[in-house]
Amino acid sequence: MSRIIAGLNRLGGLWLLLGLAAVLIAPWYKLTPPDTGAGSSILGSALTEISAQRYWLLPPVLAMLAFAGLRVKSGQRWQAHVAVPWIAGAAALLFLMQAFGIGLNGPILGAIGQAFPAAALGQPGLGPGGFVFAVAITGILADALAARGFCRGERFAANAVVFVVALLTLFVLFPILRLGSTALFTPEGVFQPGVFITRLIAPDLWGLGCLYGQPRCGVVINTLILGILSGVLSTLLGLALALLVARTNFRFKGALRAISILPIITPPFVVGVAIIVLFGRTGVVTGWLEFLFDMPRTRWVYGLPGILLAQVLAFAPITFLVLLGTIEAINPTLEEASKTLGAKPLDTFRTVTWPLLRPGIAAAFLLAFIESLADFGNPIVLGGGYDVLSIRIFFAVVGARYDLGNAAVLSIILLSLTLGAFWLQTRWLGRKSYVTITGKSDAGLSAPLPGPLKAAAYAAVMPWVIFTLGVYAIVLIGGIVNDVGRWDLTPTLRHLATAFSFEIGENGLQFYGSAWDSLQTTLLVSAIAAPLTTAIGILTAWLISRQDFAGKGSFEFGTMLSFAIPGTVVGVAYVAAFNVPPVDITGTMTILVICFMFRNMPVGMRAGLAALSQIDRSMEEASQTMGANGFLTLRTVVLPLIRPAIFTSMVYAFVTAMTAVSAVIFLVSARHNMATAYIMGRVENGEYALAIAYSAVLMVIMIACIALIQLFIGKRQLGRRTDLQTLR
Amino acid sequence: MIRTLAISGLAAASLFGGAGAANAQSGELVFYCAADEGICRLLSESFQRETGINVLMTRKSSGETYAQLKAEEGQPRGDVWWGGTGDPHLQAAQEGLTSVYQSPMLEELQDWAVRQAETADYRTVGVYAGALGFGYNADLIDPASPDAPKCWADLLNEAYRDEIQVANPNSSGTAYTLLATLVQIMGEDEAFEYLAALDDNISQYTSSGSAPIRAAGTGESSIGIVFMHDAVAQAVQGSPIQTVAPCEGTGYEVGSMSLIEGGPNPENARIFYDWVLTPEAQELGAQANSFQVPSNVNAQTPPESPNLDEIELIDYDFALYGSSDERARLLARWDSEIGAR
Repeated sequence: MSRIIAGLNRLGGLWLLLGLAAVLIAPWYKLTPPDTGAGSSILGSALTEISAQRYWLLPPVLAMLAFAGLRVKSGQRWQAHVAVPWIAGAAALLFLMQAFGIGLNGPILGAIGQAFPAAALGQPGLGPGGFVFAVAITGILADALAARGFCRGERFAANAVVFVVALLTLFVLFPILRLGSTALFTPEGVFQPGVFITRLIAPDLWGLGCLYGQPRCGVVINTLILGILSGVLSTLLGLALALLVARTNFRFKGALRAISILPIITPPFVVGVAIIVLFGRTGVVTGWLEFLFDMPRTRWVYGLPGILLAQVLAFAPITFLVLLGTIEAINPTLEEASKTLGAKPLDTFRTVTWPLLRPGIAAAFLLAFIESLADFGNPIVLGGGYDVLSIRIFFAVVGARYDLGNAAVLSIILLSLTLGAFWLQTRWLGRKSYVTITGKSDAGLSAPLPGPLKAAAYAAVMPWVIFTLGVYAIVLIGGIVNDVGRWDLTPTLRHLATAFSFEIGENGLQFYGSAWDSLQTTLLVSAIAAPLTTAIGILTAWLISRQDFAGKGSFEFGTMLSFAIPGTVVGVAYVAAFNVPPVDITGTMTILVICFMFRNMPVGMRAGLAALSQIDRSMEEASQTMGANGFLTLRTVVLPLIRPAIFTSMVYAFVTAMTAVSAVIFLVSARHNMATAYIMGRVENGEYALAIAYSAVLMVIMIACIALIQLFIGKRQLGRRTDLQTLR
Repeated sequence: MIRTLAISGLAAASLFGGAGAANAQSGELVFYCAADEGICRLLSESFQRETGINVLMTRKSSGETYAQLKAEEGQPRGDVWWGGTGDPHLQAAQEGLTSVYQSPMLEELQDWAVRQAETADYRTVGVYAGALGFGYNADLIDPASPDAPKCWADLLNEAYRDEIQVANPNSSGTAYTLLATLVQIMGEDEAFEYLAALDDNISQYTSSGSAPIRAAGTGESSIGIVFMHDAVAQAVQGSPIQTVAPCEGTGYEVGSMSLIEGGPNPENARIFYDWVLTPEAQELGAQANSFQVPSNVNAQTPPESPNLDEIELIDYDFALYGSSDERARLLARWDSEIGAR
């Protein structure tokens, strides 16, 4: 490995080689561009396209040739040459200008057309050559910056920062700005900045009526109430679960872990449907209650209580995973010291354990809060008259009145709420240190949970377990009985057969079921997206917590953006931004993968940040003192220590990609349909049984995959004893 | 970990490289279907079998399809858009998102289907029709009783307090059709008075147009105001649903089809367009539990379908109530008088 890198460096580095290949050999465009009539371009590379009068491709070619010349002249450290950043910057700028300036059907400005007559024919989206050039020029720019002292001259870190920033700009900022600009247009497409204010202060957004007796509040207030309640309850429940698993001798830990995985891997809509089957006016439980206690049948489940129930059920396991990571990372010597000094168990918990849990608690609450704001499946099934932002945005786009501008304004509000929560979290955590994993001795035993807390944890967890089991019993049998909604429990396999029938005939295995296509795409997309999401999320966390570079604050802010934006809006923004050249990727699998990557990377990043904030820098410093570079340190010291975070991120990324719905509705195409889009169609059509059957199959697959990920990543080995202290 | 990264990097690179392959080639048809999955799938399969043209079908709701067309305006990806309420088709026609085509099949179509085409200067055409009505749960309301609802006015009965569901007209074309229908039957002010009185009996304004009849089917509510063919479909699937054509008369939708302007396979799109208007293609609906009335005069109407001849249909003004201005005005009034109650 290191020999290869050294060899590459002798030749001028990976980026220069890639760049030269991109402009000289690789086809620049994704499709053959229109014929200019001035000589054919054999390879279709930038160089040969220039001979076909596309002179605007000159800067990329010239820049790469100039770098090659510098390599010959200045030797291996050519990136340090004073001209490199200027050439690279200018080439990148001109590259972007031509890419956005000359569209599919010609130049956007007349002046460009006069300068380059061939531009009138337009140019298709970038192909392999174009994309590789973009990568190469970004890398060279990063190397040049590193050579001038950026990131303390650390090449790996500089490259990581520049690449992450470039990717975030392209795949988060660009689509958002593109969509955000529509907030200033009326539904008829007239530019009128005043409508932004009108939309922003609309009374149906901010009404506080429900707080003093009137039937309903504004949609923003509704969303906030739901988000806060859901965040608090999920965090408390997640904490109870995590404490039970990590700090007691609770006998069914394995079972609890297994149950807690269920809601995470449940496709949308299913829980809502199951809750209606249980608690709706004609629900099973409602029926028992009426029979046993003469309780009247009501529709309490439609509205805030129902959504809250479904959300807490769904988000508690996420908070559980985050908090478990935090609890397991607390160095037991601290608690042991507290105990040795004579503190009672409850005092130890209050003064040692609890403060150390704070980053985890904050991260867990923030996650649940944001998830609740972005949740789409539960409110749409259980919402009743309770209006929330995600639904309002969805129908501003797809409803009877198409109003993208209004959707954009609502999204900006939703975004502000999320970022507000993020800001509060940072304030609450302050600048305290939460480091508990150091290179020093780490040989204590974790303190068991004090009695009263243990009782409270049991009291919180047990109803949740029963409730979860009830919901999943419905999901399990729903797919294999006639009609669970009407409680017709005649067993049947016809729903499964509709979705997944296959035959083994003369032509081998033939898949006939209607769900096979979407299942294959979903699996493939998720399998590709999960490691990429984790990689970029953890890398970003490492950059934020371990590297100092200019603009770090806005960098961190940028990473939160895509997560905070509701899925529907991301979907529409992606189509608007990436349906036309230069980045013309709508209708491909790439756009699905990219969408998931940038939507879910903040989770990996948060988990990574929480884990990293507990690990003392001195170990990394030791590694670097002994001569390891940034990459080697990251790989051999940091990554093994934050395995739980990697696991969380990987599982989350994989599962969200399998179950996300609102973002992908606009990104799926006939060739690449996703399971959730298929399920949503079935739910819309009232075919609950088929939706449930498909969901059950998806869940089985996800369980298998999570087990695989667990096997692959494994647990972090801290060399601690695993027993608990015995209570005397 | 490194290996994982390397593998995923390679995967990402191959994705970018393969991006070009996703453009439709000849012999293909990109079909945006806005009706329900069953009929969409059946149409694609039958057309593919008949012509050998490979159909790439995407199913979305009408509103979603329209939003998709708007988003893809710069480089349309679809060829033909079939199904769903006529209004978004008319709107797309107004905005030039769809292209003009006068099919030779037009002569065989019902008047209402041709009128739809004329309204949009032949940028769209009617493929099926469905009347608005309501359905009730026969286990909860006895169909034999003289009090069983038969008219719009019956829905104001106090016995149905919190028992009726209808969609929100802001999100659903079905509910907007109800609003426009009542305005045309009663006059605008009277229609809003009626809706305000009805509001006392409404338990929930759903987002999806056909959700109310599912709620009625499972007994979550008693009555759902929906298109009658949706109520029939529920009944055929085994729900105790009784379908009602209101005695005062009712409005209807003209499910439409449009060719997408600038789509990748315009010729195949026209082949599909002509094919789907033939009686044989239109009779496929019944097989897929779609009980709308077909637009070709020679196509058999499924026996389960509500018989449009026996229903008192109003002379629905699609041009007026399909226009964006009138829609925005009515919806704003609905928001302030009904939605804000």
